[in-house]
Amino acid sequence: MSQPEKSLFELSSPGRRAWSLPALDVPEVDPKQTFKDSARGDNHLPELSEVDIARHFARLSALNHHVDKGFYPLGSCTMKYNPKVNEKACRIQGLADIHPMLPRKAAQGALRIMYELAEFLKEIVGMDAVTLQPAAGAHGELTGIMMIRKYFEKRREDRLEVLVPDSAHGTNPASVTVSGFKSVQIKSNDKGEIDPAELDRACTDCVACLMVTNPNTLGIFEPEVKKICDIMHAKGSLVYLDGANLNAYTGIHRPGDAGFDCMHINLHKTFSTPHGGGGPGSGPVAVNRKLEPFLPRPVVRKDGDRYRLDFNRPDSIGRVLAFNGNFGVLVRAWTYIRMLGADGLRDAAEAAVLNANYVRAGLEGVFDLPYKERSLHEVVFSGSNLKKYGVKTLDVAKRLLDHGLHAPTVYFPLIVPEALMIEPTETESIESCDAFVQAMKSIAEEAATDPDALRAAPRKTPVRRLDEARASRELDVRYPLTEDAVGDTEA
Amino acid sequence: MANIPKDLKYTKTHEWVRVEGENVTTGVTDFAQSELSDIVYVDINTVGSTVSRNEPIGTIEAVKAVADMNAPVSGEVLEANTALQTEPAKVNQDPYGEGWIARLKLTKQEELDDLLDPAGYADLVKKSEHH
Repeated sequence: MSQPEKSLFELSSPGRRAWSLPALDVPEVDPKQTFKDSARGDNHLPELSEVDIARHFARLSALNHHVDKGFYPLGSCTMKYNPKVNEKACRIQGLADIHPMLPRKAAQGALRIMYELAEFLKEIVGMDAVTLQPAAGAHGELTGIMMIRKYFEKRREDRLEVLVPDSAHGTNPASVTVSGFKSVQIKSNDKGEIDPAELDRACTDCVACLMVTNPNTLGIFEPEVKKICDIMHAKGSLVYLDGANLNAYTGIHRPGDAGFDCMHINLHKTFSTPHGGGGPGSGPVAVNRKLEPFLPRPVVRKDGDRYRLDFNRPDSIGRVLAFNGNFGVLVRAWTYIRMLGADGLRDAAEAAVLNANYVRAGLEGVFDLPYKERSLHEVVFSGSNLKKYGVKTLDVAKRLLDHGLHAPTVYFPLIVPEALMIEPTETESIESCDAFVQAMKSIAEEAATDPDALRAAPRKTPVRRLDEARASRELDVRYPLTEDAVGDTEA
Repeated sequence: MANIPKDLKYTKTHEWVRVEGENVTTGVTDFAQSELSDIVYVDINTVGSTVSRNEPIGTIEAVKAVADMNAPVSGEVLEANTALQTEPAKVNQDPYGEGWIARLKLTKQEELDDLLDPAGYADLVKKSEHH
């Protein structure tokens, strides 16, 4: 397959440089002499001039599809638009270059941002305390579940099971297992919701907590959240909320008010900090009074008009990340919240829900809609109705790329066959939602008239359909060095 | 239409069972492999371990999802198909032959009576296809 852009290794030419260093004024040392066997020899770094490098990355970014370039219906779950002011704020020199070991006296501004962000998050979700340490959502889940474990240890209660509905995020059972609990799946009812009667049966005195994703992965808000929390609390269990879908109800509903004991918040989802390229993310955890003593240490405290780090927390589960979390991400989230304000956060959630429902209305009847309850921030269709033409959801997704649009999440959630999970988010205009609906309609028509075109898609992208199975089976992400070079490295 | 051999028994969760005296060979059905799409990794429980009916006997990772494979009957794992470690695609290519997953020694003979016959399984697949 011809590559649309050569790699830096292929563009390399011996002797090209993008830098110049002053002449050496100390004796030269041969690393092979000094470090003996541990010397790595030639690292085979590519040699290019600055303009070669700049053009290489500019060309790559033009070939790539990204949220600054076009519609991206993976939503807040993967990447919503990141306002440029966030980037500007976190690049302010005093914040960008601050050292984590700086004396507290000299880091008051940074501590204030952390303190205020925690206060904002407490207010938004209706909880009593927040840790900003976890580096991502799944890390937040792990932190929350570890706190819950410590809570029951402290009470000398042996509770080893955690209930996880089949409509939950896949990371939930993983976090449960890693923390030493046993995850027990509970089945959703035919509306895709948690059935309180089923929950009541499943919640024995071995159950430490229930993990709820709300709105769930079908984009449906659990109508019985309060009842669900009451059932669990009546049996001495706790309720954990996966807050990954907070974007659907920011400023409208506060999980703490419904009775949730603990939740994580994905700053890189709801609060528009970048991710989807490997991060870093940030997954603060908010808890009520029951779990507050177990929060990771330290937490930021405010005494008068001074801020400090409080390490004196004897029941803490300890640190979950070095220093103060992914601080640059915290600054972006603080900026986003300050720029929007309380009303703006609510407006954003409402626009996100409106956009998802607008797309839903445009595509009902074109694709199957297996769960017909009201959608919040996302809608899950099924491509099963195209199976009779021999067309799969994957083909629909690939064909969308030819329309210059990114594909939505496919084959998730697992309870929907041939799933298409669409989340436009709040920033999309009516024109971009219309363009997406039109493209999806034309693809559905094409499935009937010219299914081969779909199976051969994409045709207009820089590379055609990739062999995903082979990529997974024969994973190889190293650039192959030349024979000589390999020999040289091993010598 | 998915291939459903007449000499096998089936589960509602799309596993097949070949009865060989007190032992059974099991794998996933043609319908299951087609729904899963290209399989990239198969992980099977350790030989010698025991497993109860409907509990995971292994994990199958496909391009689009990871799924548990359930034990169709309770038993002891006698043998796992180690060829799948290097060639997981055999499950796609030949689900009833070289793509078998494991052999079990039956501990509850009567559980075989609860399995579906080919006609019963064909009905189930028909319903799934028209979902």
